[in-house]
Amino acid sequence: MAENEDLAEKEREKNRVAMPEQEPEERRRNFEEVPLGYTPEMAVAEASRCLQCKSPTCIEGCPVEIDIPAFIRLIKEEKFDEAIRKIWEKNRLPAICGRVCPQETQCEGRCLLAKKGRPIAIGNLERFAADSAREKGLKDLSPKPEPSGKRVAIVGSGPAGLTVAADLLARGHQVTIFEALHKPGGVLVYGIPEFRLPKEIVADEVESLEDQGAEIRCNTVIGRTITMDELFEEGYDAIFIGVGAGLPRFMNIPGENLVGILSANEYLTRANLMKAYQFPEYDTPMPKGKNVVVLGAGNVAMDSARTAMRLGADSVRIVYRRSRYEMPARAAEIHHAEEEGVEFLLLTNPTRFLGDDEGRVVGMECIRMELGEPDASGRRRPVPIQGSEFEIPCDLVIIAVGTGANPLLTRSTDGLELNRRGYIVADPETGETSIEGVWAGGDIVTGSATVIEAMGAGRRAARSIHERLTRDLQPSKSVED
Amino acid sequence: MHQIVRREEMANGNVILNEIEAPYIARKAKPGQFVILKADERGERIPLTMADTDPERGTITVIYKVVGKSTELFKSLKEGDSYQDAVGPLGQPTHLEKVGTVACVGGGTGIAVLYPITRGLKRAGNRVISIIGARTADRLFLEEEMRAVSDELFVCTDDGSRGHHGFVTEILKKVLEEETLSLVVAVGPVLMMKLISEMTRPRGVKTIVSLNPIMIDGTGMCGGCRVLVDGENRFACVDGPEFDGHKVDFDQLMQRLGAYQSEERKSSEAHRCRLER
Ligand code: FES
Repeated sequence: MAENEDLAEKEREKNRVAMPEQEPEERRRNFEEVPLGYTPEMAVAEASRCLQCKSPTCIEGCPVEIDIPAFIRLIKEEKFDEAIRKIWEKNRLPAICGRVCPQETQCEGRCLLAKKGRPIAIGNLERFAADSAREKGLKDLSPKPEPSGKRVAIVGSGPAGLTVAADLLARGHQVTIFEALHKPGGVLVYGIPEFRLPKEIVADEVESLEDQGAEIRCNTVIGRTITMDELFEEGYDAIFIGVGAGLPRFMNIPGENLVGILSANEYLTRANLMKAYQFPEYDTPMPKGKNVVVLGAGNVAMDSARTAMRLGADSVRIVYRRSRYEMPARAAEIHHAEEEGVEFLLLTNPTRFLGDDEGRVVGMECIRMELGEPDASGRRRPVPIQGSEFEIPCDLVIIAVGTGANPLLTRSTDGLELNRRGYIVADPETGETSIEGVWAGGDIVTGSATVIEAMGAGRRAARSIHERLTRDLQPSKSVED
Repeated sequence: MHQIVRREEMANGNVILNEIEAPYIARKAKPGQFVILKADERGERIPLTMADTDPERGTITVIYKVVGKSTELFKSLKEGDSYQDAVGPLGQPTHLEKVGTVACVGGGTGIAVLYPITRGLKRAGNRVISIIGARTADRLFLEEEMRAVSDELFVCTDDGSRGHHGFVTEILKKVLEEETLSLVVAVGPVLMMKLISEMTRPRGVKTIVSLNPIMIDGTGMCGGCRVLVDGENRFACVDGPEFDGHKVDFDQLMQRLGAYQSEERKSSEAHRCRLER
């Protein structure tokens, strides 16, 4: 008996089912999604490896607390519709999360099997459940809640805002989402490329919110088109701010305004939101480079580099001042980029950009770095090696060294407490801000983080908003009684 | 959707006026601010400074020159057609206060941007001397409107077909000699704004220019609109579009505006092919 269990365990450890992918040679020049998804057989096989722990640690790693063993068991039993319903109880955007969550540091990182290097592919299974529901046109059929009569304004339609909307709708509140751009989805639409997250999926998730009654108002910049005060005047009972960070950081070195040097925000927005990679069928032009340099080594840098590769660059180089070990991007993204031919120039920092007579970038001067003592972040501080300057030729530079807090809304809102770096001060448990009736969450509170962390913040804020709105309801009820 | 309720062609069809339904924007917009328009699903986001707004009717008016694919597409929209997207008002409004005698100088389509600013300065109680110019008489527009909000109006054309034969800078030079100006507002081609700023700098006359760099979002998110002002990067969509002309690096702005020239040519050609088909 014990032997059998041992065997079964060994079997499970061995076979983490890999998700099929487009071959690197092929995909590096197209914009189609890279991982192709599990077949039902693959999903069942992978789900069968789950140990179904009595006290599962994976759930602790999930910011929105999906009942992971439960949905995996349902997949194993081939009850795919029930599996997605189980996920929907906690997460309304599983097709997105299954693709972009950093599972290796969250649920999969806590999986017991992770110790042996073969955690259950929870992300892949989540994606499978969501995709098969989508293909079938399966909709969330949870019973319509009693309308509360309360209205909530949600500023920003990114992951935080969408989560707040979904959670509040499920509790019977009316929501209006305000989006500054012409399409809803925030970073899911302008930032994350098609080959990592097809825009159709985002559109579907947004549409299902609309089906549930969400009103979405695009082209509305809160702080400009409508102020926060006016939202209250319009009769909203609560406001959630989830506008993202969204202020591009630059290097502040000479030559940075040369033509051909762009922020990753601009580069990716052109490609993803404006579909400039399909220029001239779409009208927005896309800057093209033969020799492309991407500064920074986070996920946004990988997205930029892989986009440049797909647009036909001869060479794409990631230039990063620390070593491989410190690169903030997900391992899978780095791996994908490498497979597609992106090169890494590590321990290297640009010192200035070089231009031609017409003000176009033609090269970059760099200096080599070495790692010194650990800095405040605990990572070893890179220090320049004197006299090690060298030049590299390039005709397109994408700056992906992070973002700061966009002051457009915060500056126009009196009484909203900000921290030193311009982010909104909000209670980490509830999302409450210094203004009564205003909650905030996502990157505008924490600085750049992940999609799922923003969703987690949205979830907590929605809970707190709901509590407040229903607490307010109590007295009026007793009066009626 | 934002319907075009009034459409006029000016300057031989090279300049188009659209009055567009956009009640939220109309309610808020102040002189100097701009909107971003997008004609259809595949369209580009084009920033245009508003020439007028009518909060009662819920409309805004833009005047633009037809210069490439996107403005050609805009031009093809008729009265009753709609823009798919309009967002605004964006940017900082003009600081309108009484300062004394001011000169408002506009070249080409810059006159459209200049008009509401001029009107605002006049209403604020200033003595307004306006100078407007275009290449030829038939490319000139808003002359009567500008006259109505100015104490004095000078008109110039490059070919002498109307008013002074020559450039707005020549008239401004005279005005600078004869008058004590507290402020110059210049809107037009980058080169014109640069020359004017150079003329007023030695005299210490404050000079405001309105810039129109390449933009995507208009909310400070992309940094495409960055201009060097006093040695520092500023985002024209959030901090501008108006800046102190004595501090703007115009040469760099001109280079940056040319960033997509070859793509734009390609795009225009592709567009024409499609129209001809
Ligand atoms: S237009 Fe994008 S930051 Fe100004």
